[in-house]
Amino acid sequence: MRKDYNLEKRKYVIGGFIVVLVCIYIVRLFMLQIVDDSYKDKSEGNAYVHKMIYPSRGLIFDRKGKLIVYNQPSYDITVILKDVKPFDTIDFCNTLQITRQEFDERLEKVKETKRFYSEQVFLAHINLVDYGRIQEKLYRFPGFSIVQRIMRDYTQPVAASILGDIREVNAEEAEKDDYYNPGDYIGDMGLEKEYEKYLRGVKGEEILIRDHVGRIKGHYEDGKHDIKPQAGHNLRLGIDLDLQAYGEQLMRGKRGAIVAIEPATGEILALVTSPTYDPKLLVGKDRGKNYVQLLRDNDKPTFNRAIQAAYPPGSTFKPSQGLILQQEGIITPSTMYPCSHGFVIKGMRVGCHGHSAPLNLRPALTTSCNAFFCWGLRNMLNNKKYGTVADAFEVWKNHLVSLGYGKKLGIDLPFESRGFLPNSKYYNEHIKGGWNANTIISVSIGQGEVLATPLQIANLCAAIANRGYFYTPHIVKNIEGVGVLKVFKTKRVPTIDQKYYAEVIAGMRGAVTGGTCRKANLEGIEVCGKTGTAQNPHGRDHSAFMGFAPMNNPKIAIAVYVENGGFGADYGVPIGSLMMEKYLKGEVKRKDMESHMMNSRIN
Amino acid sequence: MSSNENSIFKSLDWFTLLLYLVMTIYGAISIYAAKYNFEETSLFSFDTYSGKQFCWIILSLCLGFSLLLIDRRFYEAYAYPIYGGMMILLFLTIFIAPNVKGSHSWIVLGPVSLQPAEFAKFATALALAKLFSTYGFSLNSTKNIAIAVGMILLPIMLIILQNETGSALVYTIFIFVLYREGLTGLVLFAGLSAIVIFVVALKYSTIPFMGITVGEFCVFIILMVIIVGMLFIYCSSHFAARNVALGYLGSGALAVGAHFLGFDIHGYLFFFPVIIISLIYLAWEFIRINNSRILTTIGFAIAGLCLLFTVNFAFNKVLKPHQQMRIKVALAIEDDVKGQGYNVNQSKIAIGSGGLWGKGFLNGTQTKFGYVPEQHTDFIYCTIGEEQGFAGSVAVLALFVTLILRIITIAERQHTAFARVYAYCVASILIFHLSINVGMVLGLCPVIGIPLPFFSYGGSSLWGFTTLLFILLRIDASRSQYGVW
Repeated sequence: MRKDYNLEKRKYVIGGFIVVLVCIYIVRLFMLQIVDDSYKDKSEGNAYVHKMIYPSRGLIFDRKGKLIVYNQPSYDITVILKDVKPFDTIDFCNTLQITRQEFDERLEKVKETKRFYSEQVFLAHINLVDYGRIQEKLYRFPGFSIVQRIMRDYTQPVAASILGDIREVNAEEAEKDDYYNPGDYIGDMGLEKEYEKYLRGVKGEEILIRDHVGRIKGHYEDGKHDIKPQAGHNLRLGIDLDLQAYGEQLMRGKRGAIVAIEPATGEILALVTSPTYDPKLLVGKDRGKNYVQLLRDNDKPTFNRAIQAAYPPGSTFKPSQGLILQQEGIITPSTMYPCSHGFVIKGMRVGCHGHSAPLNLRPALTTSCNAFFCWGLRNMLNNKKYGTVADAFEVWKNHLVSLGYGKKLGIDLPFESRGFLPNSKYYNEHIKGGWNANTIISVSIGQGEVLATPLQIANLCAAIANRGYFYTPHIVKNIEGVGVLKVFKTKRVPTIDQKYYAEVIAGMRGAVTGGTCRKANLEGIEVCGKTGTAQNPHGRDHSAFMGFAPMNNPKIAIAVYVENGGFGADYGVPIGSLMMEKYLKGEVKRKDMESHMMNSRIN
Repeated sequence: MSSNENSIFKSLDWFTLLLYLVMTIYGAISIYAAKYNFEETSLFSFDTYSGKQFCWIILSLCLGFSLLLIDRRFYEAYAYPIYGGMMILLFLTIFIAPNVKGSHSWIVLGPVSLQPAEFAKFATALALAKLFSTYGFSLNSTKNIAIAVGMILLPIMLIILQNETGSALVYTIFIFVLYREGLTGLVLFAGLSAIVIFVVALKYSTIPFMGITVGEFCVFIILMVIIVGMLFIYCSSHFAARNVALGYLGSGALAVGAHFLGFDIHGYLFFFPVIIISLIYLAWEFIRINNSRILTTIGFAIAGLCLLFTVNFAFNKVLKPHQQMRIKVALAIEDDVKGQGYNVNQSKIAIGSGGLWGKGFLNGTQTKFGYVPEQHTDFIYCTIGEEQGFAGSVAVLALFVTLILRIITIAERQHTAFARVYAYCVASILIFHLSINVGMVLGLCPVIGIPLPFFSYGGSSLWGFTTLLFILLRIDASRSQYGVW
């Protein structure tokens, strides 16, 4: 084969390419390794010790200024991996009373963080005895030190699901947010999670100098570069701690929830879920064990029924119907509908109980007549002015959304449920063979597909008490140094004209004075209320109540929901009434009713 | 012409073999250093990575020795079957390999895992060598170019299907081989220009200037320089080059003047018309003197413009977010120190803290604490940088350059196209691995997970390179049996 010398020259291009590239790399190496000193500092960091100073986490007070959550010191063993030198691991393990295996696992976990020059938590929450023992010997374990941290503590064993808890950040969170290092605490549930950014404060840092054997020689440049930590913001809650505790006592032995709202502000006075737990269970060394136990509990104590459970509202739904039917011109206060022990049409029947008939809106609310509201919704859905039934249904649904149903209200707690409101699309998909006013008539009395959280029921009650507006219900009244969050200062106005509320309120007042919730009557205070008995396909009916007082210038709006409690008057009304009495009068006179409620159990 | 073992070992290129041994042992010692962690363990213990690597080295020496015993004619005769078999294996790997971080590239055989992509390199090299040694084959015909390119593209596609884009990119370097065998240098130039335009346009894509970005501005200038340069050198049309250059400078002066008179000139409204007018002029010039190279220049310029406009699109739409981030980190557009940039940042700290002589064997703090992920595999070079400093780092680069230049020399002393092409394939593969691996460790190019030959931990990679090199040694050893025709 003849050689092509023209092409052979190309070897210089190829060889030249790699030579030039390697020269570029050598220049780069020269810059990195010899010209630029900063990398050396970064890698060594020997002379300076950056010591994190943790800020104090914000405290939590109730509406009257009573302390609820505060901080307790706790001790963590930390480690700077770079400084670890071979040491007597058996002595170390014995002093801290951990096994060799646990020691290895923890060290491995710290190594996985890949942070070798900064302090990492090795063992959190050691007790005072271990603290005393290890402190004496600490010099034998180079690289390890003790850091004082905070633990949450509670003045009373109440409101666990509102307050939430703190836990160590997981690897992902530490990665995502620069604020956290592995081993730091973060709010896990409730307010601790929701207000984490306000509560956590700003970390400080001390820069210390140390010599070659590791002795601290003082602050770098006399502490000129140290950063002071800033404590987290304190929270002032709308919660009345006494009322909250009282509510939790009333709900003992029952599953369900109570939500009490101050209508004028939207501040939540009490948010009770039952069963609940002692918030101290989720603090300290045993947190993990207790947490698992709570999760495994069949009654789900960590499930905040007040905002996470969606229940059929039952008859507490009827006032909203009274408002919508009036607004849409389907009824006037004097419109009469028949009731022959129920609503009967085309072989369908929704039962009712004995009362005089025909009747108009006010007595219909007072006696909780099912037929009246069935007729009302039927006439609305079949009204030609909307076009189709589906169009009418959308109008109906939109009014309810404006009243706070079917969507999250936006409470300042995590994991709020939105309840459920069907729309026409939902029916198209779920009712085979088409639907009309008759097939879905039970939604008019809060059965069927409609679901609401106790919070939504209480909020509807607040909107009625206010005669036509509400504020997003919220737990935190004020963040110290920040104020009230803007979302909680914004009035929300439902699509119902103010003038239509009077008749509904009169009906609710009637229910207390001479209707279904006479037990709610309080001496000297005009209470308005509405019972609810929600049919439950899985067992005994749920007992519900919503009410507010006083009728004029209302101070409290409340919703009570007791699972399997039977008639609304059995549990809902007395509990709601006792709560109002406690809040408005400061003390409860009806001791029989009180002890009956506190001591009864529903399985 | 019969061959016996004696003559092979007499004519064996011992210098290359020596380089090979130095590099692999140096590699194993570095792996020991990279994995060293508080406790003293033996360099040779099979429990450690270095111990295993020594084991792989011994096995690869056995492998290499066996390869030397096989007659050279075997490689030539079975080049295509080996290639075909390897492609089938690559294809099957897609389906039988378990999912490891999204890639399906490792075949697990009991305790051993193998990466077929590492072995497909030598198969492709053999097949290319065989193709070029076909009687009458030349890169002058489009059909032949297509066959050669197809032969290279097949493994690329199969490896991309395994989700190992990094390993697939290695095969693009065979363009050097095609170039050596007669492909026009324009292709290399085009590739290089495309990379420059891409990098410049992206790197400065965040700073606005004249209504466009600094990156776009620079690309326009580069395009102008390329046009004038090609006219001058490639087309040898000094007349056209001078006219175009004067045109550019004149309009540039006008633009600067207009700017001082208070007119705001938008970048596109300036560069576009100027470049288009110059291209129209060149089209006329082409018709006038009928120099087809001017047409090529016009095509080149248009392609450059198109590339500029597709860079952002290609970058944002075609590449996946993690790939975008790697490129941004490499171009220092973003400092993602905790995410994609973590490796590179830590690796720069490790190397940078090495200084002139390094911190000493086993004294690397970055290394000791496992700061740099993948330190014993893809990032082995930074262990050397930290513990042996500038001196050690340069020494390793010098070893590689020596080996590559040695292989090029070997290539050029062959009497057959088969042997030469194969040798160039080996050299090109080493060039690619060295450039990309060291480039990424130094933070100069995106993190593409490919090993540093002979140094990085891993049996597959070591055996793959051993096979490549020892087949070359075998072919070279019997070069004298294939006389000059």
